[in-house]
Amino acid sequence: MRNWLHPVLLGALALLLSTPVLADSLMPAAKYADKQLADPAKEHQAKVLMETIRCLVCQGQSIADSNAEMAGDMRALIRTRIEAGEKPEAIRAWLIERYGDWVSFKPPLDKLTWPLYALPALFLVLGIWIVSGRLKRRRKA
Amino acid sequence: MRKLLIWLPLGLFITFLVVFATGLISPESKTIPSKMVGKPMPPFALGPGLPGKPGLSSAELANGQPHLVNVFASWCVPCIAEAPQLRQLAEAGVPIYGIAIRDRPEDLARFIARNGDPFRAIGGDPNSSVQIALGSSGVPETFLVDGKGIIRRQHIGAINPEDVPGIMSALGDAR
Repeated sequence: MRNWLHPVLLGALALLLSTPVLADSLMPAAKYADKQLADPAKEHQAKVLMETIRCLVCQGQSIADSNAEMAGDMRALIRTRIEAGEKPEAIRAWLIERYGDWVSFKPPLDKLTWPLYALPALFLVLGIWIVSGRLKRRRKA
Repeated sequence: MRKLLIWLPLGLFITFLVVFATGLISPESKTIPSKMVGKPMPPFALGPGLPGKPGLSSAELANGQPHLVNVFASWCVPCIAEAPQLRQLAEAGVPIYGIAIRDRPEDLARFIARNGDPFRAIGGDPNSSVQIALGSSGVPETFLVDGKGIIRRQHIGAINPEDVPGIMSALGDAR
């Protein structure tokens, strides 16, 4: 009993004492990181934009979902700019200019991404063609 | 032909399985390079991050001399690891300017006291606004800016001893 408890306790102690490698700053979050804008229409614009901007730290999440400090600062930046009257798509373009298309969850339509938009339509046409062929054959039988 | 075609869905399924499995087993860790490389430094003016030391504005960076802009923070662990390399570069005469992300003066003072001060000036960026304007996605990152204020190169992560010669020669090219 005593023999196995010892390393377990030691391990728990080590976990308690260790600090995570991904440190955060000691500063409080920016004002508009988690505070909504007073104007509901502007807050809605900001929210829609934040949901389609990718967090640079937790890369699968949008900045609206992420708890990373940098995502908070990006939310604050977006809310402040929308409050100042800037259009959401202008802010998206500003971010893409810095981080590339990667930062946006709304891929643009260009010569690299057109299959994303064209393939679903193509598959739909293909599906209709196959189903109509089968139906015709069944009617004949 | 038909007999072969019957295996097509299974073949596609296995292909998908392999693609997803490799993605799950070894997910790609992505560093996002800044698209600002090759463009002028975005305009900014930051107050001093450390009392008694000047702040930093983008205008000062276009002074005809290439320099390094180090995006760092006192709470960032790899920033401690690159401190000796920054000191070495500063001793070789390279002008290094710091941008301290989300930092408090007292923490910064402790960091500088412990790790040395290679910086000519330190701008405090309390809400990461300049970091975002630079297209930087974390700390530490180092930007090489030429004398005209054009960003020539971005180094993501800590500057390790083996990175120093490359940075020195890039600084020479940016002259």
